[in-house]
Amino acid sequence: MSDYSLPVSTTIEPGVPALELDTFLERLHGWVVTVDHKRLGILYILYSTFFLLIAGAEALLIRLQLADPHNHVLSAQVYNRFFTMHGTTMVFLVGMPFLFGFANYIVPLQIGARDMAFPRLNAFSFWLTAFGGLLLYYSFLGGAGLYGVGNAPDVGWFAYAPLTARSFSPGHATDYWALALIVSGFGTLGTAINIVATIISMRCKGMTLMRLPLFTWLLLVVSMLTLVTITPLTAAQFMLLIDRYLGGHFFDTQAGGSSLIWIHFFWIFGHPEVYVLVLPAFAIANEIIPVFCRKAIFGYPAMVAASVAIMFVSLGVWAHHMFTVGMTSVSNAFFTLSTMLVGVPTGIKIFNWIATLWGGRIRFTTPMLFCIGFLFQFLIAGLTGIMLSVSPWDWQLHNSYFVIAHFHYVLVGAVVFCIFAAIYYWYPKATGRLMGETLGKWHFWLFTIGFHLTFDTMHFLGLLGMPRSIYTYQPDRGWSFLNLVVSIGGLIQGIAVLIFAYNFVVSYWRGNVAGDDPWDAWTLEWSTSSPPPVYNFEELPEVHSRRPLWDLKHPDDPDWEYEL
Amino acid sequence: MHTVPTEYLIRFGDATVCFLRTATLLAQDRIPTTLAPASTPAHQIFDLSIFVVTISGGIFLIVGGLLAVALLKFRARKTDPAGEPAQIYGSTQIELAWTVIPLLIVVILFLTTARIIFAIQDAPKPTTALDVTVIGHQFWWEFQYPKYRIVSANELHIPLSSGLAHDATFLKLTSADVNHSFWVPQLAGKTDLIANHVNSMWVDPQRPGLYLGQCAQFCGTQHALMLLRIYVDTPEQFAAWITHQQQPARQDPAVAAGRRVFETQACMNCHTISGTPATGRFGPDLTHLMSRETLASGTIDNTPANLRQWIKSPDTFKRGALMPAMQLSDKQLDEVTAYLETLK
Repeated sequence: MSDYSLPVSTTIEPGVPALELDTFLERLHGWVVTVDHKRLGILYILYSTFFLLIAGAEALLIRLQLADPHNHVLSAQVYNRFFTMHGTTMVFLVGMPFLFGFANYIVPLQIGARDMAFPRLNAFSFWLTAFGGLLLYYSFLGGAGLYGVGNAPDVGWFAYAPLTARSFSPGHATDYWALALIVSGFGTLGTAINIVATIISMRCKGMTLMRLPLFTWLLLVVSMLTLVTITPLTAAQFMLLIDRYLGGHFFDTQAGGSSLIWIHFFWIFGHPEVYVLVLPAFAIANEIIPVFCRKAIFGYPAMVAASVAIMFVSLGVWAHHMFTVGMTSVSNAFFTLSTMLVGVPTGIKIFNWIATLWGGRIRFTTPMLFCIGFLFQFLIAGLTGIMLSVSPWDWQLHNSYFVIAHFHYVLVGAVVFCIFAAIYYWYPKATGRLMGETLGKWHFWLFTIGFHLTFDTMHFLGLLGMPRSIYTYQPDRGWSFLNLVVSIGGLIQGIAVLIFAYNFVVSYWRGNVAGDDPWDAWTLEWSTSSPPPVYNFEELPEVHSRRPLWDLKHPDDPDWEYEL
Repeated sequence: MHTVPTEYLIRFGDATVCFLRTATLLAQDRIPTTLAPASTPAHQIFDLSIFVVTISGGIFLIVGGLLAVALLKFRARKTDPAGEPAQIYGSTQIELAWTVIPLLIVVILFLTTARIIFAIQDAPKPTTALDVTVIGHQFWWEFQYPKYRIVSANELHIPLSSGLAHDATFLKLTSADVNHSFWVPQLAGKTDLIANHVNSMWVDPQRPGLYLGQCAQFCGTQHALMLLRIYVDTPEQFAAWITHQQQPARQDPAVAAGRRVFETQACMNCHTISGTPATGRFGPDLTHLMSRETLASGTIDNTPANLRQWIKSPDTFKRGALMPAMQLSDKQLDEVTAYLETLK
């Protein structure tokens, strides 16, 4: 192993001392004007954590209202605003920024680069996204014009036309909603372009595409998918604003427009969006599972191929959200088939993860626990997804609580679980300290119990005929007890998230010092110091396999001799 | 030491009772459950769903089981030898197997599903079938029976079916404003009501009685109280109901004062009462208001007190409903309520 070695930066201390001497304002200014991918990644993650708490609080108020029939915690209007804001926030201000935050932080480190390809575009994209979020929440103040406060969009996160027309949604709340998504959408596009460019052109010596860590591979796939999927949404938002202010009639059914056009546009964005959120979750699991079962990922080429296949198939399934709008039987059959086909590459992934675990030595650390929760929950979410793809059954289940349960299984059971796993896993890299394991396990178990109380129960409410988006229900419909269970589960999840937030903050000062490589992992980000210096690597590394640190740790048995 | 098993027995008994109670609750007709189908489309969907659940349940047991075994069997132990476990990078045969087997399952599921899609959606419409047009409004339902020239609201009456196609009910669905969705889980899946776009669905209920449903597409403030009641009548009941609904409104001179209020205030701009100058189309047809059991689209019982309060202030029951409070005096309220009470 004398022909090459990995430059591990130990000579230059992280956290440049000069910075410590700066005043608070100077340091704050440093964060605002930064173009460093690591700082921007941290900004993304803090930003989405903040909105996670807000949207979580909205969800808790929603569940308080639904805990009992004919409850009076929230009025109909306020409830409708809250579920609209909860959905919009979680998808656009929590899910995507979280994942782009990890992408920002991890991708350049994993490919041995000093920064993203376009650092200033990176900063610009973050601030656009942040501005979009503020614009959306400003609607609480400015949505009714300035003479009334407490308004916000109340059209659902799917905002089906013509409910969004000015005759049905007067005031400015809907405008803020559309503008916020346009602005943050441009931010998202900027980041996606940046990630693609970075991965294509900034890889270190020896890192061919088939040696990319799977996290980076999946982020490449996601970013390409994002470029295709955000565009129709932005187009539709512009059409909506033209309808509302320039007398257009795209969606104005009274003037010959079509509601179905909006629905198509929205779901051509909306379904691939699910994969934009869930593929990074797979990406995270792809990093964490091998490290904590001490084995190489099983079937790397198949994992890459399955991800690319999911990307392509996901572009042809959108109308499974539209089985009830009155498509022809042939269209319904087509979208049933295309949707079921997504199950095949997804199945390959699950089998490969199990095969990775098989024969390993599994260490049940907090990040691994969250990944295991993800595996079980994603299996169930996949199977309920197959149920929903059966279009006749979807005629019953569509817009019922079964659907709510299914997509929360994906977005919470898979995506949020993986986000938590990622935070526990990479926190020591970003801060130099480990998060508390005991609190982490409390967080995991409480969150998992709460999750299952809430979302398992929701499936049954759906089967019993409870539709989504309702602020109250009649006591004679037999939904009362189950709704109470759902709400209790929500409360338990809330407590778990508070424990997490406490752990997240306190570990920054009190956590155990991590060192460069606390998990004994194999990708390049663990070869540099924790936190990494501004320039990431003292000397750009050169790699010969998918697990450069494995090669370094096992010079007698390097990976490149075995890789498929 | 006998107390422990006894305690368990009692607990078990409690749990059983609890379960039975839930089960009996489910058996009641009032719950709009998808699990107690009473019409051919709902039956076909239910049978298909059992098939799908069986297959996915099998998959869950196998894959979930493997995962559980992996976690138990391969957890790190203190007795593990030093160093890393054997590294396995993949296996083409195994990976091929778990690509092909899911593909076969997809084919089976798809073919089974396609059969039901075509059976329900492309069922030929017999000439003898009853036609009803359903129009969604914010936040109520309008029902038109073109053949009988009847217009009604919120409570749909349809005839019992013998299970043969000839006496099924075919619904045409559209909307006057935003999107809605017609969902009565025991009878069929849901179908959206979309302005500028006509959808259709059919039901052939085989058990008389009341079936509940509600709007299943978010349609604005009071989406939650856009409730739906379907009365499945025996053929005789249905014929009697039709005859009754075809009559023009009762003219009772005793309530002339109330009728005057109705016609001089804005009421008649939105509501129709056949045989009178009131021909508004914006709100429900009130010609036979008293033949309905509920007000405000299934929100409250149709009692004189509720009716009076509803006219006085719709916000009491359904805040955000589009019917305005007309600021009537108490006297006017009494009069107009008395008038509406005669519209049997």
